[in-house]
Amino acid sequence: MSHHIVEARSLHFTYRDGTPALRGVDFRITHGESVAVVGANGAGKSTLLRHLNGTVLPQRGEVRVGDFPVIKDRLKEVRRTVGMVFQNPDDQLFMPTVFDDVAFGPVNCGLPPDEVEARVDEVLAQVGVAYLKGRSSTRLSAGEKRAVSIAAVLAVSPDILVLDEPNSDLDPRARRRLIELLKTFKHTKIIATHDLDMVLDLCPRTIVLVEGKVAADGNSLEIFSDEQLLKKSNLEKPLRMQKYPG
Amino acid sequence: MKIGSARDDALYMEELSQKDTPVHRIDPRAKIIVNIFFIFTVLSFNRYEISALVTFFTFPLFLMVSGDLPAGYLTKKLLLISPIVVLIAVFNPVFDRETAFILAGAEISAGWVSFFSILIRFFLTAGSILILIASTGFYKVCMALERIGVPSLFVMQLLFLYRYIFVLLDEGARMVRAHALRSFSDRGIKIKTFGSLLGNLLLRTVDRADRIHSAMLARGFDGSVTLNRRIKFRTSDAFFVVFWPVLFILMRRYNFSELIGSFFLRIF
Repeated sequence: MSHHIVEARSLHFTYRDGTPALRGVDFRITHGESVAVVGANGAGKSTLLRHLNGTVLPQRGEVRVGDFPVIKDRLKEVRRTVGMVFQNPDDQLFMPTVFDDVAFGPVNCGLPPDEVEARVDEVLAQVGVAYLKGRSSTRLSAGEKRAVSIAAVLAVSPDILVLDEPNSDLDPRARRRLIELLKTFKHTKIIATHDLDMVLDLCPRTIVLVEGKVAADGNSLEIFSDEQLLKKSNLEKPLRMQKYPG
Repeated sequence: MKIGSARDDALYMEELSQKDTPVHRIDPRAKIIVNIFFIFTVLSFNRYEISALVTFFTFPLFLMVSGDLPAGYLTKKLLLISPIVVLIAVFNPVFDRETAFILAGAEISAGWVSFFSILIRFFLTAGSILILIASTGFYKVCMALERIGVPSLFVMQLLFLYRYIFVLLDEGARMVRAHALRSFSDRGIKIKTFGSLLGNLLLRTVDRADRIHSAMLARGFDGSVTLNRRIKFRTSDAFFVVFWPVLFILMRRYNFSELIGSFFLRIF
């Protein structure tokens, strides 16, 4: 199943104001993998993620999704393959009601109305918020907004899920529910986060970004045991790997 | 603080529209069509008309009562915007000094008559639109507009405006609060600070628009947004669309208040 592959080849990106964000990023993520992208603020996580569905196109190097390069002419397919959950659900839920938001993708894919409706019901049930269907997007809790954002992305059945800090604004229980939910997905998952404990739950593999470069790429447990690497990348050992005092 | 209350207000309107009454159940398209008809009929009277206009209050009153909408709240909303209309109409009594009629020995000038006529029209038309939104919900109104044939681009503008007005109000409220906490005075915001607050808000808005656009693109947006919702037009809706416009035409043609008045005069 080669179409689930995500690959970056010496990816470079500099913002217009001259700030370099990515300075030669290389990795290859294969079918069904669940990979965390971690790093300090400003390490280039979000910029990298935005390359994966072609919101930003590479200035140098390339991104390949399913063995095809991400270029302007292929954006439509790329965006169907790569579902992106944005950091701020308020940016993502732009339609007035939950139903319309989740239906947005399927409608744009040209699904007939009946199927759209069935699809919306299905994904809302899948993320456990079927009861929100008719509600207005403005009046949801952070956890509900997050769930709906994910449903909206699942609605077009992407092969690859990209999540940008999916639990940054959730309370502990909502966070736990999200982790359990993400565990059930069989997609290839790429998750940018500061929550290293969640990484331990979800991602066997971790890519560490430091100043726009891959500082480490490998087994999450091993990476989180490397104190020097963690220090260099402004990270801390996940709580459950820290020794209890006394 | 004021920004926060504007937000609550909009949310309250949304809440009102969630009720389940006969009025709420009417097809939004039917409501819009009747409303348009209503507004045009009201506006078609000559500028010195008062008594015939009064009968038109039956329509908003009927909707308000059978739609279980709070009259006090809606009136307050109308009164809040009314100064603008008063400002427009207030020059009529100044320029139009011809005597229209004599009431209890006092000469009433035509200017005053047209002044009140404008006010009544304002309460009728703005009131009926307010009731339309309170009993339907902004969103369904937009959807119906699209179905009626209003260009989708325009409808989309309205939808996004409505969706993000809350986010904008929240953002504005946070900035005002942050300002209040560090300005240590209750004198309000200085012009200079206000400028930079507003500029900041604009920049944030542009950034957000950018992010929303990428979120839309990410889900296959190609320039048009389709609302996937079917609404059913029932017989009762058809009745609504026929009954009220016919009544409006009759009320336009015959001055009911005068008829009733002369009827009573004849009896007593």
